[in-house]
Amino acid sequence: MHWVNDLTTALGEAWHLLLSGDAEVWAIILRTLAISLCATALAMVVGVPLGYGLARGRFPGRTLVLGMVNTAMGMPPVVVGLVVWLFFTRSGPFGGSGLLYTPQAMVLAQFLIATPLVIGFSAASIQSLPPALPDLLTSLGAGPWRRLWLLSREARLGLLAAVMAGFGAVISEVGASMTVGGNLRGSTRVLTTAIVTVTGRGEMATAIAYGLILLALAFTVTLILTFVQQRRDA
Amino acid sequence: MRFRPALLPVLLIACASSTDERTELILATTTSAYESGLLDTLIDQFRALTGIDVKPIAVGSGAALMMAQRGDADATLTHDPTAEARYVAAGHLVEGRRLMHNDFVLVGPAADPAGVASNTDAVEAMRRVATLGPFVSRGDGSGTESRELLLWQEAGVPVDSVKSRVETGQGMSATLYVANDQQAYTLVDRATWLTLRNRVDLVPLLEDGARLRNDYSVHLVNPELHPGTRVVPARRFLEFMVSPAAQQVIAEFGRERLGGQLFIPDALGE
Repeated sequence: MHWVNDLTTALGEAWHLLLSGDAEVWAIILRTLAISLCATALAMVVGVPLGYGLARGRFPGRTLVLGMVNTAMGMPPVVVGLVVWLFFTRSGPFGGSGLLYTPQAMVLAQFLIATPLVIGFSAASIQSLPPALPDLLTSLGAGPWRRLWLLSREARLGLLAAVMAGFGAVISEVGASMTVGGNLRGSTRVLTTAIVTVTGRGEMATAIAYGLILLALAFTVTLILTFVQQRRDA
Repeated sequence: MRFRPALLPVLLIACASSTDERTELILATTTSAYESGLLDTLIDQFRALTGIDVKPIAVGSGAALMMAQRGDADATLTHDPTAEARYVAAGHLVEGRRLMHNDFVLVGPAADPAGVASNTDAVEAMRRVATLGPFVSRGDGSGTESRELLLWQEAGVPVDSVKSRVETGQGMSATLYVANDQQAYTLVDRATWLTLRNRVDLVPLLEDGARLRNDYSVHLVNPELHPGTRVVPARRFLEFMVSPAAQQVIAEFGRERLGGQLFIPDALGE
C-alpha cells in the first residue's frame, strides 16, 4: 500500500527534520511563527478597540459596517494577497518601497486577513456583556482606558477566541504568503508555501512532514492561549 | 424554509457522482505548456473530435514524471530529456514521441551589469552571472531548473557559489515576476517569455539556439507496470498530439497575438 508507506515515511521524516536540527527547517518554522505572531499581535492592537467601538458605539450605518466586517472575516487570503501585491509591485503606488517579497509584506497581508476576524469576534464578545456594565464601571470612577481594560477582562473568553481565530487563519493561509512573499528560499518561505513547493516537486513524504509540523505548531500556540482563556482565577 | 433531513442523501449522491472513467484521462504536464494556453486549445479540439476529456495536472516536469512513476497519470508531457530517459529505462514510460521544441532565453535587467549580452555562449554567460548575480531560480524540480543546474555544471560553477541566487519554488510566471521585481537574471522558456514580456522590464540578453534548446515529449504511462492506466484514451490522445492537425495548431499558436512562435512542432513529416 503506497499511501500507508507514505504516511509512515512522513511521520519518520517529520521527526527526523525536527531532531536533526536541519537549519533550513528550523529557520522556516521560526519565520512562520514570527510572521504570524506579529500579524496577530498587530491585528489585536487595531482590532480590539475597533470591535469595542462597533459593539458599544451608536452611529448611523453601524449595522452596515458590522455586516462588512463580518463579510471580511471570510475574505479569501489570496485576494488580500493580490491586492497587496498590486500596491507594492514595481509599477504600483508603493512600488519604490522595496517591500514586495519581504517578510514585512507578508506581515501586512496577514494583518489584513486577521484584523476583520479580531474585530468581529471582539465586537460579538463585548456585546454579550451586560449592557449596563460600562455605565456601572464609569460610576465607580473608571476612566475610558481602565474601562476598556476591565471590560476586556470580562470578555476574556471571546477575546481569546478572537486571537485564536486570527492566528489560526494566518498561520494556515498560503495564498497571500505565496503572492506577496514570493516563497523565496531562505527569506520568505514559510511552512504553508514550503508544503506547496515540495508537493510541486512530488516529494509527498516531506510535504506531509511539513504539514504535521504546521499542525503541531498551531496546536501548541492555540493550547497555550486556551489555557489562558480557561484560567479560573482571573 | 423547514429543514428536510430526507433531502440530505439526495445531496450527498449528487456530490458523489462522477464522470465515466473510460472517456477521460489524466495528463501530467509541465507548467510552461499549460500556462501558455496551448494545451487548453489542443484539449478542446481533442474533446470535440473524440468526446474524451483530458484533465491536465500542471506541475514541474520532475513532479510530472513522479506522477507517472506512481501510476497517478495516464500520459505525460514534459521537457526534461535526461530525466525522461531515466524513467523510460526504469520502465515507467513507453511509446515516447518528440512533440515540439523551443528554446530558453536568458533574461535580465536592461543595464546588464554582468555583461551577459556580449556573449554568444550560454556557458560563458552563466559564468559571468555567477560572479555578480542576482539570479532567480525556479527551485521547483522543473525542466527549466534542471537546465539551469546543467548550465552551472557546464560552467564549472557550484550552485551554492552563485552570487545572490534565490529560489522561488514556484512556476515560471511567478518566478519571472520575482526576477523583475529584483531586477535579476533568470532563465525562461520562450513560450512564457513571449506571453509575459510586455509585463516586465527585463530584456532578453542571450539566445543560444543549440545549447538552450528545449525539447518537449509525450509519453504513455506503462500499463504493464501500472495496470490502472487508461491506455485506450491515452494512446488516442498521444496520436492526436503528433497528428498533422495538432502539429499545425502548435506551429501557429500565439503567433499573431504575441508576435513570435512559441513552439516549433517536431512530429510533422515523421
